[in-house]
Amino acid sequence: MTVFSKQFDTKLRLAAGAVVVLLGAGGAIAAYLFHPRQIDTGYTPVQPVPYSHKLHAGNLGMDCLYCHTTVAQSNYAAVPMTEVCMNCHVRVKEKSPKLQPVRDSYASGKPIPWVKVHRLPDYVYFNHRAHVTAGVSCVSCHGRVDQMVEVRQVQPLSMAWCLECHRNPAPHVRPPELVTKLDWQPEGDPAVLGAKLIREKGIHPPDNCSACHR
Amino acid sequence: MNELIQLNLSSQTGRKYWRSLNQLADTPEFRQWVEREFPEGASELLDSGSRRTLLKLMAAGFGLAGLTACRRPVEKILPLSKGVEGYVHGRPLHYATAMETCGIASGLIVECNDGRPTKVEGNPRHPFSLGATNAFQQAAILDLYDPDRARQVQKQGVKSSWAEFESWWLEQSAKLGDGSGLRILSARSTSPSLEALKAEIAKKYPQSAWVEYEPVSFDRVTEGARMAFGQALVPHYRFEQADVIVSLDCDFLGLDTLSAQPVKQFAARRKPEDGRELNRLYSIESNFTITGAMADHRMRARASDVASVALALARELNVSGAELNVLGQNSGRQQKFLAAAAKDLMAHRGRSLVVAGPRQPAEVHALAALMNQALGNTGQTVVYTRPPFAAGDTLGAVKKLAEDLGAGRVSTLVVLGGNPVFALPADADWNALFRKAAVAALTFDENETWKAALWQLPEAHPFETWGDVRALDGTASIQQPQIQPLYGGRSALEIAALIAGREQRRGYDIVRSYWAAQWGAQAEQKWKKALFEGVIDGTQFPAVEAKADAPRVLAAVQGALKPAPAGIETVFYPSWHTLDGRFANNAWMHETPDPMTKLVWDNAALLSPATAKKLGVKDGDMLELSAGGRQVRCPALVLPGHADDSISLQLGFGRSACGRVGRGVGHRVEGLRAAANFWFGPAEARKTGATYKLVTTQEHHTLIEPITGLKRHNIVEEFSLEEYRHRAEHGKHEEHPATDLFGGFDYSKGYQWGMAIDLSACIGCNACMVACAAENNIPVVGKEQVAKGREMHWIRLDRYFSGDEEDPQAVMQPMACVQCEKAPCESVCPVAATVHSPEGINEMAYNRCVGTRYCLNNCPYKVRRFNFLNWNKDIPEIRKMVFNPDVTVRMRGVMEKCNYCVQRIEEKRSQAKAEGRRPIRDGEIVTACQQACPADAIVFGNINDPESRVAKLKQQARDYSALEELNTKPRTTYLARVRNPNPELV
Repeated sequence: MTVFSKQFDTKLRLAAGAVVVLLGAGGAIAAYLFHPRQIDTGYTPVQPVPYSHKLHAGNLGMDCLYCHTTVAQSNYAAVPMTEVCMNCHVRVKEKSPKLQPVRDSYASGKPIPWVKVHRLPDYVYFNHRAHVTAGVSCVSCHGRVDQMVEVRQVQPLSMAWCLECHRNPAPHVRPPELVTKLDWQPEGDPAVLGAKLIREKGIHPPDNCSACHR
Repeated sequence: MNELIQLNLSSQTGRKYWRSLNQLADTPEFRQWVEREFPEGASELLDSGSRRTLLKLMAAGFGLAGLTACRRPVEKILPLSKGVEGYVHGRPLHYATAMETCGIASGLIVECNDGRPTKVEGNPRHPFSLGATNAFQQAAILDLYDPDRARQVQKQGVKSSWAEFESWWLEQSAKLGDGSGLRILSARSTSPSLEALKAEIAKKYPQSAWVEYEPVSFDRVTEGARMAFGQALVPHYRFEQADVIVSLDCDFLGLDTLSAQPVKQFAARRKPEDGRELNRLYSIESNFTITGAMADHRMRARASDVASVALALARELNVSGAELNVLGQNSGRQQKFLAAAAKDLMAHRGRSLVVAGPRQPAEVHALAALMNQALGNTGQTVVYTRPPFAAGDTLGAVKKLAEDLGAGRVSTLVVLGGNPVFALPADADWNALFRKAAVAALTFDENETWKAALWQLPEAHPFETWGDVRALDGTASIQQPQIQPLYGGRSALEIAALIAGREQRRGYDIVRSYWAAQWGAQAEQKWKKALFEGVIDGTQFPAVEAKADAPRVLAAVQGALKPAPAGIETVFYPSWHTLDGRFANNAWMHETPDPMTKLVWDNAALLSPATAKKLGVKDGDMLELSAGGRQVRCPALVLPGHADDSISLQLGFGRSACGRVGRGVGHRVEGLRAAANFWFGPAEARKTGATYKLVTTQEHHTLIEPITGLKRHNIVEEFSLEEYRHRAEHGKHEEHPATDLFGGFDYSKGYQWGMAIDLSACIGCNACMVACAAENNIPVVGKEQVAKGREMHWIRLDRYFSGDEEDPQAVMQPMACVQCEKAPCESVCPVAATVHSPEGINEMAYNRCVGTRYCLNNCPYKVRRFNFLNWNKDIPEIRKMVFNPDVTVRMRGVMEKCNYCVQRIEEKRSQAKAEGRRPIRDGEIVTACQQACPADAIVFGNINDPESRVAKLKQQARDYSALEELNTKPRTTYLARVRNPNPELV
């Protein structure tokens, strides 16, 4: 008596093959779906104050550095202190109900709980100072914030995306004094100017592990 | 393992090094440590439960993990409402402050990240720090965040408040009258502000008494000066000026000075390239201390015999011109030693030094002062100043306090700091005596004193409170708080102000007003300068002209000294872990091995191999020690090189009332310590038959000495000065030609980081280990895990003995990842988690590591550490505040190791780029171990720059690579230890 039929072996192989294919396909779909490009880009959380970058940085033409003061000194660009908002808003729209959380924060000393948009894992040590002083513009990572009513993430901020630029920085390098001019375009190919700046200033973006992971 | 090792081949220098008596005897237990990275069973992840249960748990864990990871966590950014001057988010701020331990103050600079103090460094402007720190100062930051600190004002265990205490005090003080019932018992203090308050209290309560007590005190030093010069003085040794040093039981490089200054000065004279003559150290001691390990000649003598040795030395030096009677008989070998030392001293008049240890009686200190005077050293290598504290007979005052308490003469006792119930001499039952008065105790943790007090008051940490301190030479510093008191603690200064009845009772006001009165018109400006610099100009005490009447002093000394009785004696030492018990709840200190015994998480009765044989004990056998009708039990640990018939005990263990870390760790020996044998005295030792598990790391990570051409190569190299000169003439020894298995990287361009560690300067003081733990968020694993070889330190101190087991020499070798250019770990990593940076650093990407541990198995230096468990899982929230934000906190299953403080390199690189893309200057980047090192033994820099300090050191004749034969091309190289033996004694 035979326990297994003659075709059993073939069926088993087919089944095993199917499992492998399914797993592979599943993995591929998961990898696509869960890629930072899908998951993270477009993330637009609701902020406690409906602050519009389009109004302030775009229409009014305020420089990024007016609020994000520490971008050239520290790892962090710094979300401004309530005090900075109140520099203007003691006079401008001083009664607006939308600004009530700002006035409350100023009066109580408690921070405004802004929601983080651009989030990196804890083991990534991104340094704003290093990038801004080298001439990498805000727009390269954050997009046209001056056109956004609500800030959203436009780039995946994945490691592969970081490395793309670290391996070929030329298209993203401009004179450092122009980093906050989000609409600036060089005459001609940006990569040509970038390559020239890189040569002159000796910019070598690292691509070893501990440049970002410590 | 290579079978050839069993042939016991001689090495090139003829020395054989061993790390433990097991290694000397080549026991199977030791073999296991050499051949395996971890002992049998250490790779089992869990103590209980099988691998099968683990797999089940893991499967469930993965399932759940898949569900939770789909949602992006919402994180908040919380900027300040109003700005703080000078504060930039993400940039650390540094504030100068000071801290005193046992009355010895050092200036510090504390790094604060977003308001959290995270790291302690030395203050280069402070004369007792000179930019360096010791292990205790490094570990102080962990105590700040200790969740087991005293956190609540209590009255006999019932929750109360400062306001209630103050109103109680007002009531109580109304009854005090002239203060005949008031006693204040404080830790030793050098604070000028507190001194002023003391005077106010003495004026308000003329009959009260203020007693200062420290279990680790330097009273005998000042009393010795009183004996010699008629006034209490503090000797200041200038080790950098001394060519010949004789230490009489003085661990001046270790726990007998508690500051970086002597180490800095001494080590400056141990570097033969510097062009200055190498100094020569003779050490006479009972315990084998790190000073003994640095000594060129070492004599073992019981602590009680040191007096007779000192007398014999004084006679050799012809101190008085008259014949001196020497107590007892010194052996022929000792005679020869002393004669040679005396001759050497006399050949270096005015450039030599005799130092006596704080355990030795006043007479020995007086003798040392006389010898220095006879040698013309006074004013040259030793100067005297008045002490910065109230010097006096502490033990007499303590005895009086016990009598007063016992007789009911004390109505109110205020304890300001310390832990007197635990640490006071065992002559009296302090627990019972404390019940006889209303005791208000200000203590840092809920210790034995806290438990015995009526009012239990939480003390603020030195980093939480305003204060001022004086260094040993009088230099004053303002103690500046780094953070608001975390648990509402107050300082001794603030309580003293309450007792003095002052209106202003905030630490800031007390200190500010004291110094304003000193400075007059320029107070504001000087205050700012004092805060900025961390030292106050012009506060150093002037040197005192000290001259002793030699014959009179000698007569007094000879009259007081008695021959020491034969037989076993016990000697009390501060502990490398807890000091005197104050660091008993500090896990960093417990896990950092004792420099000589390599013991962790315990204290032990140290004895010599011969004494152990006599008592019939081996490591871990419980001893019962008795003296004066008191008994304590302590496990024995054999220390090669220890004096015979002497047992060394470390204070500060076996705390019954302590936080979670230190409760019940070790054995309390204070129970044996009475005024009569405060430092040492005769005792009886008996084997009890019980055993206790002691864990030492001395055999962990034992390196295999490579053998080529039937020659064994030492891991540590040392030469005599003569051999060194010979080598220096003939240049660096030849490179071994070797074939590379792997293609090379191009290391000729850019920054190439490297390190040179000077074994001639390294004293093995552990400062680097604790600094590394603080900088790199290195977890603590506990005694049981260390027993399995799972300790996590990135840098360890290997202590090697050479010579016979009774009287060996010792040498220390700091060992961290040596950053091999041809790294064996990299080629075996299946996921490229450890790879080389273009600047020569062997990098570890934690988020890539899958934990195969292949790299660890392949590392010949045994410097890689594996997170067997999530060591950070159960730590309290508040403890997390000490983490360095620039370094990842590692998870379970991840490999880690030294990376030359890559976060500091990247920070300086980013800074240099921001400043116009200038090159990084030599010496700009300092690693955490280098910064802490009081001996300047560690130099880091760019080896591609021929002008850098590290590149120059690597050109020295004594530069060598450990395990060079393996052709790993390590970036960290060592400078061989150079000893300077006296030719007459070789």
